[in-house]
Amino acid sequence: MQMNDKAQTTMDVVHRGLARRYRRERLFRRLGLTAVLVSIGFLALLFASIVANGWTAFQQTEILLDIDFAADHFDVDNLARANYSALVKQGLRQLFPDVRGRKDRRRLYRLVSSGAAFLLQKMVMQDTSLIGTRQRVWLPADDEVDMLIKGHISRVGPESQRRLSDRQIAWIDHLTALGRLKKRFNTTFFTAGDSREPELAGIRGAMTGSLLTMLVTLLLSFPMGVAAAVYLEEFAPRTWWTDLIEVNINNLAAVPSIVFGLLGLAFFLDVLGLPRSAPLVGGMVLSLMTLPTIIIASRASLKSVPPSIREAALGIGASRMQVIVHHVLPLAMPGMMTGTIIGMAQALGETAPLLMIGMVAFIVDVPSTLTDPATVLPVQIYLWADAPERAFVERTAAAIMVLLAFLICMNGLAVFLRRRFERRW
Amino acid sequence: MLRKDFCVAVALLGAAVAVPPAVAARGRDYISIVGSSTVYPFATTVAEQFGKTTRFKTPKIESTGSGGGMKLFCAGVGIETPDITNASRRIKQSEYANCRKNGVDRITEVRIGYDGIVLANSKEAPRMRLSRKDIFLALAAEVPVSGKSGRLVPNPYRTWKDVDPALPDTRIEVLGPPPTSGTRDAFVELAMQGGCSTFDWIKALKTTDKSRFKAICHTIREDGAYIEAGENDNLIVQKLEANPRAVGIFGFSFLDQNGDRIQGSLVDGEEPSFDNIASGRYPVSRPLYFYVKDAHVGVIPGMREYIAEFTSDRAWGEDGYLADKGLIPMPAGERRKYAADAAALKPLVLE
Repeated sequence: MQMNDKAQTTMDVVHRGLARRYRRERLFRRLGLTAVLVSIGFLALLFASIVANGWTAFQQTEILLDIDFAADHFDVDNLARANYSALVKQGLRQLFPDVRGRKDRRRLYRLVSSGAAFLLQKMVMQDTSLIGTRQRVWLPADDEVDMLIKGHISRVGPESQRRLSDRQIAWIDHLTALGRLKKRFNTTFFTAGDSREPELAGIRGAMTGSLLTMLVTLLLSFPMGVAAAVYLEEFAPRTWWTDLIEVNINNLAAVPSIVFGLLGLAFFLDVLGLPRSAPLVGGMVLSLMTLPTIIIASRASLKSVPPSIREAALGIGASRMQVIVHHVLPLAMPGMMTGTIIGMAQALGETAPLLMIGMVAFIVDVPSTLTDPATVLPVQIYLWADAPERAFVERTAAAIMVLLAFLICMNGLAVFLRRRFERRW
Repeated sequence: MLRKDFCVAVALLGAAVAVPPAVAARGRDYISIVGSSTVYPFATTVAEQFGKTTRFKTPKIESTGSGGGMKLFCAGVGIETPDITNASRRIKQSEYANCRKNGVDRITEVRIGYDGIVLANSKEAPRMRLSRKDIFLALAAEVPVSGKSGRLVPNPYRTWKDVDPALPDTRIEVLGPPPTSGTRDAFVELAMQGGCSTFDWIKALKTTDKSRFKAICHTIREDGAYIEAGENDNLIVQKLEANPRAVGIFGFSFLDQNGDRIQGSLVDGEEPSFDNIASGRYPVSRPLYFYVKDAHVGVIPGMREYIAEFTSDRAWGEDGYLADKGLIPMPAGERRKYAADAAALKPLVLE
């Protein structure tokens, strides 16, 4: 009876506290959940604002003109010299025969992008059989027209403060009514290099630059990082010297990236005399930045391989190199690759170190070799964000979307590799 | 199979380390341009036209700021150094000396046009009518006490009305460029110095104690009324839209492109318009330049042609494509003079 009483009291104490403990646990769980929800909320807000700003950039307003490639315009030996902008102007005049006076005509011509003439030139150079024919050609509209059609600039307000006059807006409405002015998919955005005219600007140059730079970074930092990690983890004796190296690698991972740019400027450019603005140098600088990340990740994944595997291999007579190459490396590889991909994703989004070595530059031609001047995607975003033309706002956001897509793919790949190949003991 | 991978990795590592010296400096077939972020939008437009209409490659243009550009430009002669530098102010004596010291002794100066610096606010607020004196009194770190010569006090003005009873009763809140910017240099020199020279005793200092004069006129207050908004002028425009009480400082081309959202303040009674800046009536405007390294002409292909494109009327003329981008053209006479000097590569002499 007494014992029963005592048990009763212990349970009482437990019961009395129980409600409070449950409440605390619920609170703790909700706190965590709130943190997750808040961060997802911010992420969603970021994505929503970027997509809302940028999705319109994937369309471009174009104008359908009847271009008369009359034979007397062209000199067969020198097709590049022909006056292509005259062809565009003629096409516009045909649609608006009643527009007279120099000033009005200039305003009319401004509806079509200044790049239209180069487009016609390219068409003729590619296919000379066009000469002597009449063609219906969709040509890009000027960025102001594009912004008006997309509703980014208003039609109302005093005429003097608008970039488009009332007459120009009337012409635009007339063209729309004729079905000669339409928004079409913006292929230029993916096929052209940078341009000062928003309607002619594209991200292909920056994307190629990013690709070349990342290639150099991967080729340099992956083998070097893996080799360093294998040495430090499998061979190096634990002395004050290796401790020092370890501390320094961890320090290096925390160094601000601009410092690597300064190092690149001082050593790669000034001492080695490598060319400015080249993806080669960019890749070298970025690999300095990603090396610590890769070494740390690789060492962690080497450490997670159980010692029993090494011992078993050594036990049946394998050499240390055989142990590492045949058994340890294959088991550690998924972790190493994950670390590498995350390091590369960081490098892909970097601009600060590239500023010092001249990759923050206006470059029109798409780079084709490692020493051509090039820029990278985040730098292109930075440059467009600073451009005065309104149409660059949506292009900036669109370029961010492309960069984000790349980053999501890379991080997704890292997660996939981890899921698919990583082994747990 | 893995052994093979490992060997490949080691081989790549070896190759990567061995490659760099092999590709080091060889000929360069494109023009390399550095310099001012104010001239950048104009230079890039010319470069693009040049690349499209000639057989030469499109020049590469880095936006390094006027000072940074001069430093790179003056580093020496040779294909690893830039051929042209853009500047939103004239080359300084010290920079010129540095150039000569490094063997860059023949430089051609080309003035390309004008840029106005505007003070603007949101269209939702009334347009400001400022004088340069108002600007100085509102933004200087220390201001003179009225009536007493030689005495300065830390800037006591909180609202525009404190500065001048005719101005609105709103807190002074100005978004402007940081000290590294050429726009800031020019703003300080033209607007602030113009305003502080209206005080006779400060003006007198200019000849007697130049460094004190500069300290008074060029120091911007740091008590929160002037907010450094970074080099991105688009950001300033967006902030002005969100905050109708604030005033922003930036180049004319941003006002030109955003005329439906913001309005330029009148300075000394003049509106910052294309015509007023071109005629010199608007007081806060500055000339823009580029400098050519003469030793590179004839070595780097296309230098002469690029200069000719920039100085042609279809680029920098009254109806040229640079005017579309917001550059204020020079009068025809000045254009002819600078175009002729540029074509002849007339060397710059700073006394």
